[in-house]
Amino acid sequence: MATSITPAREDSPEAGELAPTRRGRYNVLTRYDRRVLMLMVGIPLLLEIIFIWWPTLSSILLSFTNYDGVGDVGPQNFVGLKNYQFMFSGYTLFWPAFFHNVIWLAWLAFIATPIGIFFAVLLDRELRGTAFYQSVFFLPVVLSLVIVGFIWELQFSPTEGFINNAFGLTRASNIIDWLGNPRINLFAILIAASWRHVGYIMVIYLSGLKSVDPTLREAAKVDGANEFRTFFRVIFPVMAPINTVVAVITTIEALRAFDIAFIVNQGKNGLELLSILITNNSISEASLVGFGSAIAVILLVISLGPIIVFLSRVMRTTS
Amino acid sequence: MSAAAVRAPRIRPARVVLHGFLIAMAALWIFPLFWAIYSSLRPISDTIQHGYLSWPSNGLSLINYQTVWSQAELPYYYLNTLVIAVPAVVLTLLLASMVAFACTQFSWRFNLATLMIFTAGNLLPPQVIIVPLYRIYLATPIPVLGEIDIGKFAFPIFSDRGLLYDQYIGIMLIHIVFQTGFATFVLSNYMKTISKEITESAIVDGAHVLRIWWNIVLPLCRPALAAMATLLFTFIYNDFFWALILMSTGSKRPITSALNNLQGEFFVNNNLIAAGALLVAIPPILVYIFLQKQFIAGLTLGSTKG
Repeated sequence: MATSITPAREDSPEAGELAPTRRGRYNVLTRYDRRVLMLMVGIPLLLEIIFIWWPTLSSILLSFTNYDGVGDVGPQNFVGLKNYQFMFSGYTLFWPAFFHNVIWLAWLAFIATPIGIFFAVLLDRELRGTAFYQSVFFLPVVLSLVIVGFIWELQFSPTEGFINNAFGLTRASNIIDWLGNPRINLFAILIAASWRHVGYIMVIYLSGLKSVDPTLREAAKVDGANEFRTFFRVIFPVMAPINTVVAVITTIEALRAFDIAFIVNQGKNGLELLSILITNNSISEASLVGFGSAIAVILLVISLGPIIVFLSRVMRTTS
Repeated sequence: MSAAAVRAPRIRPARVVLHGFLIAMAALWIFPLFWAIYSSLRPISDTIQHGYLSWPSNGLSLINYQTVWSQAELPYYYLNTLVIAVPAVVLTLLLASMVAFACTQFSWRFNLATLMIFTAGNLLPPQVIIVPLYRIYLATPIPVLGEIDIGKFAFPIFSDRGLLYDQYIGIMLIHIVFQTGFATFVLSNYMKTISKEITESAIVDGAHVLRIWWNIVLPLCRPALAAMATLLFTFIYNDFFWALILMSTGSKRPITSALNNLQGEFFVNNNLIAAGALLVAIPPILVYIFLQKQFIAGLTLGSTKG
């Protein structure tokens, strides 16, 4: 490191320019090389800013307007906080959608993710057939949520589905409409989503467990700790970095939820979600661009939590 | 597996319970897929007559697959996906590896900030940016450059309406931009493990940075690139949202997004839904069978390091 020409993470004398560090004695990068490097970063960065960060900023700006997508947006469209006022107090779908996202998050965080971690812990040992079990739990992870939705429709549909047929619930008197009844359909699609989520978390947790120093476990054993104690007192704490990743993934997944609800019933009648309200208001059915953007801002503000947690972890490990 | 046998030659009750539990869970996990396969293989006349919960009386057949394949014109939708996914994966890896290379092998003031912009961009829910993005797509002119005709479908090379909206290239673009964030994060974590001395000595020897990137660093990243290519292809194949919103012509949509229209029109009973879902699931299942290691490596590279 000390003799390197350009060790990373040393402040360079010229801002933004590739340059040797204070310890480097000579500058070997030619002007041409510097330009090439600028382009290598600059082109992708420009695309990222135009198509991700500019729209993010625009969402915030548009949320203060009554823009309807016709013509240009200008100062005459400014309406202050009206969209937010209407969203919180007048728009009847907002709070249901918000709570559906909260339920989604709670379900993943307290049910699906812990099951995934539990599977990982069970399978992270000398066990006959562990590779087989891992493969089975991992299978749904490669499938899209749309396909997962279809596969579970075959379980849940009222007269043709497996569940009602298997439990004799197909008569008019006792039929259960798992996907149609707004009181239970959210939980039905959460079961379907969990089918995939559990395997995802299991794979990530398992790879983390593999990197835990085995002597820790042996020391705990020598101290007479049982498996339960060993996990919670020894393994779980040293897994802190992975635990953060799992928490971030779980939260982001809950905020992104869209596909299954949309494929089941376009996100209506019990399956409203913030993500779906955004598209329904601004793109598919109406063109309330300003109002849809206000919902997007709510989603953005919530997403900033896990994003900041994740970035600060990246910061910590790289510097 | 032998360790258990050596340590405890007799059967331990705890192990029996554990295996019992795991077998039950595995059966539960595999059942929905098994049921889909079973439903897809039964002609609808058979299920109407005997109900869904019955043994096949007239045997199983592939008739549902034939119906879905030809009536819903599935081959074209696979092609739509391919036209978008293959260039998107290649370009994403090129762009992401450039950024990762420049930010990990060289030191400059903003490299951490750059990596953060990419990483954070990928974590945003797509719906946060969709409203302005949709407007940008409607307002961006793109030259019309002719098209390639395959059967009754035509693939415009650039655009057929002069806009970024409703075009293969538009969907490709948003995948590239969105996935470059993720791929940059993963590849830069990987490239950090490559000794900088390799790059430094190449520079001292007079090699240009493009050459170092292409001939030295990229070959060293081959395992990570293979893992990312597998993962990105699956992600793009499985994407539902972008093409649903940014593409209006149903026949141009990639297969996963096309399912939204197909389900009402052609998947009229559960047996056809099952056959359609399984046909669409074939490419990811092939990934699962042949490239599982790469897929898992891609997932865990992104989460356990860095």
